[in-house]
Amino acid sequence: MHMADALISPAVGGTMWAASAGLLAWCARKIRQTLDHRLVPMMGVLGAFIFASQMINFSIPGTGSSGHLGGGLILAILLGPHAAFLVIASVLTVQALFFADGGLLALGCNIWNLGFYPAFIAFPFIYKPLAGANRATPRAWAAAILAAVIGLQLGAFSVVLETTASGISELPFGSFVLLMSPVHLAIGIVEGLATATVVAFVARARPEAVPSPAGSASLKPALIGLGIAALIVGGAVSWFASAHPDGLEWSIAKVSGREEVGGGAALHEKLARVQEKTAFLPDYGFQPAEEPAAEGEPGPEPWPAVSAGTTVSGVVGGLLVLLVAGAAGLALRPRRVAS
Amino acid sequence: MSHHIVEARDVHYTYPGGHEALRGVSFRITHGEAVAVVGPNGAGKSTLLQHLNGTLLPARGEVRIGDDPVTRDTAPRIRRAVGMVFQDPDDQLFMPTVLEDVAFGPLNHGLAPEAAAERARAALERVGMSHAADQPPYRLSAGEKRAVSIAGVLALSPDVLVMDEPSSNLDPRGRRRLMELLKSFEHTKIIATHDLELVVEVCSRVILLDGGLVKAEGPVVQVLNDEPLMLAHGLERPHSLRHRHPH
Amino acid sequence: MAMAHGGTVQRMDELAALESPAHRLDARAKAVVTFAFLVAVMSFPRHEVVALAPYVLYPVALLSLGGIPARWILKKLLVAAPFALFIGLFNPLLDRQPVALPGGLFVAAGWLSFASILARFALTVSAALALVACTGMDRLCAGLERLGLPRAFAVQLLFLHRYLFVISDEARRMRYGLALRTADGRAPSLRVYGSLLGHLLLRSMDRAQRIYGAMLARGFDGEIRILGTARWTARDALFTTGWLAFFAAARFWNLPEFAGRLLTGELR
Ligand SMILES: Nc1ncnc2c1ncn2[C@@H]1O[C@H](COP(=O)(O)OP(=O)(O)OP(=O)(O)O)[C@@H](O)[C@H]1O
Ligand SMILES: [Mg+2]
Repeated sequence: MHMADALISPAVGGTMWAASAGLLAWCARKIRQTLDHRLVPMMGVLGAFIFASQMINFSIPGTGSSGHLGGGLILAILLGPHAAFLVIASVLTVQALFFADGGLLALGCNIWNLGFYPAFIAFPFIYKPLAGANRATPRAWAAAILAAVIGLQLGAFSVVLETTASGISELPFGSFVLLMSPVHLAIGIVEGLATATVVAFVARARPEAVPSPAGSASLKPALIGLGIAALIVGGAVSWFASAHPDGLEWSIAKVSGREEVGGGAALHEKLARVQEKTAFLPDYGFQPAEEPAAEGEPGPEPWPAVSAGTTVSGVVGGLLVLLVAGAAGLALRPRRVAS
Repeated sequence: MSHHIVEARDVHYTYPGGHEALRGVSFRITHGEAVAVVGPNGAGKSTLLQHLNGTLLPARGEVRIGDDPVTRDTAPRIRRAVGMVFQDPDDQLFMPTVLEDVAFGPLNHGLAPEAAAERARAALERVGMSHAADQPPYRLSAGEKRAVSIAGVLALSPDVLVMDEPSSNLDPRGRRRLMELLKSFEHTKIIATHDLELVVEVCSRVILLDGGLVKAEGPVVQVLNDEPLMLAHGLERPHSLRHRHPH
Repeated sequence: MAMAHGGTVQRMDELAALESPAHRLDARAKAVVTFAFLVAVMSFPRHEVVALAPYVLYPVALLSLGGIPARWILKKLLVAAPFALFIGLFNPLLDRQPVALPGGLFVAAGWLSFASILARFALTVSAALALVACTGMDRLCAGLERLGLPRAFAVQLLFLHRYLFVISDEARRMRYGLALRTADGRAPSLRVYGSLLGHLLLRSMDRAQRIYGAMLARGFDGEIRILGTARWTARDALFTTGWLAFFAAARFWNLPEFAGRLLTGELR
């Protein structure tokens, strides 16, 4: 789910470049300040590991297909957010330069979508507080899957925002979201499984290689993280939805050229499958994230007006998502106490 | 100059996992000597070598280079005197081109870019690799990689050369070239290796290590000719010695 | 796809090691011009197709100057196409507003923007590939660093590029060993995968540790210093100003239309 240059306007590309470059510079400074020079070769080699790891697949039970590691979350677990972000950015840069994956103008978007969310949202706010000290427990697995899914959802969502804001693709916001979201839910689960498995193995074989979370685990940061994610998504969705009140049905009918939703849904499924293929094969199941720059963006026509009313409904929707996510967090809790 | 003397006194080292790799190693190597460290896999050779430039620090005992004990504080200084060639050249050749890689050390030691490049070229010349200066290291053959890693160390003008398995992965010609090269160095040389023919040709003294302890030490011919001793430590009497000293 | 990783990078490095006038240009000149190119191409309105044509000149010029085989670039374009193609295909379906073409034809506006997406895609991707193929990762990183890329990131790119081969080789050997021991050639279960990749990860970390030792042995103090042999010459200045002027001209005047009118005017 790399953004392509061809779908992006210079305004969006430039904004995301600025955001990613700023974050990159900040991370580079942070890393210097740690004075941990071991990080220099470690980051380079782990970046190469992420590439190499994609040569090895595992079979996903019951589907006949296979998945592999994406990278953002495991890097954050091993290196911490700052170094992880730098490594992800370098991997994406090499992909853009050598494999034409993404493209240079879209590189800012891709670094943001696949780097910021796993490193600075999913890891610190979801995985870290929920995983607990022992990385081999079911709880740590659940935390990895939840973190990967949320990271990827936010990233996929950013792709949609950036594409829509660029106004080069005609795909309406709503159907684009519907296209991306389920696919990235699947990718997220696969990514979470792969991450958790590898981390559990390494933690067992060599505990000192996996930094353990500092202090006692608490659910609060996780809830905060989920809350932020839910509010951003909810707010943005309702904001767009209000601009295209007829959003989905309209677009599906139009896409399919038929009025029955059935036909549209079938086509939609087919398209999703195509996207799934393209996402599983030529792409890397990296994490995505959400786009904070969105609010200020004075983009071209497809950007709907912000109104207080819709943002309120967005917040309500966000709270609903928060509730569901909170339930998931609570479900994890007993196991934490037990362990 | 006194830096040419290398001394280990009762060196112990235990890896974080709990494995006791060195259990009291002592020896003294003087100016200009070429000493081989031999022993079976897992004997502790690499571990010992890493103590000579402070990559590892002993848990007990000490290593002295000249008059300086190797400690965290002296290590940066010691590393200027003790050049280390690692077992896998891929670990050592990390810069994008051969010239950049050989210049890495001189640049770190404060030389201006032109002077560092000058030194790097001279070192490449010395090992016969000038033609590869602009190539990326990963495209070289195993022998060429080895030569370049040696150049990278020579560019620092060390007093002591420490090498871990320098002839591994080399074809006979590459190995022959390497031995000629090593023989041409006047540095104090400490070479960990399984290649006993190389020991016979290049070194004057042998330290036999097994299980983290020195099991034997002495002139090459004497130690390597001791068949029972060699067999007891997973080694073989080299052919060249059989021919030279037929029983 | 991943199988090709090592090969793809290696092929690119081989091309980058060629000797040509394009390769001899300073990395900074090529980077700046390529970036200006991307911005210029992307800044066109979304239905624009014809006015993009002059921009083909830049990647074509750089690639032929650099002796880069056309087949290679075309293959890369095909491999990279799916996402842009997939998203772009919605345009003709969704934007049905008719647009008049010369000669009295009408076409849905979506087709125009779809064509525009494809054109942009081909232009930007080939320009980016041409940049790397005619420069090489090491010179590009050194050049970008001198243009302000944070040193830590430049070094990260260099190390990543360097160890891509080494770690990929290890992964390839593992996969081969696995293939020898599995009967049906299916991907391994998650369990086996975890230990396989876990081993690869541990080995990678050990390698990083050894590299660090080797760096320390040669005086590493946290700072990677680069020789920086590149020199900016008059040719680089000419290359840069020439292309920037051309991009600006092609952006502000519709050169193909202009040429067309000139031609038809003359014929009449
Ligand atoms: N990083 C490490 N962590 C834990 N144990 C280690 C580590 N490196 C080496 N060891 C152990 O220490 C012992 C000595 O290892 P060392 O590498 O010094 O042996 P060696 O004599 O160089 O062997 P070889 O001939 O195979 O190179 C071995 O048993 C090895 O398993
Ligand atoms: Mg060894």
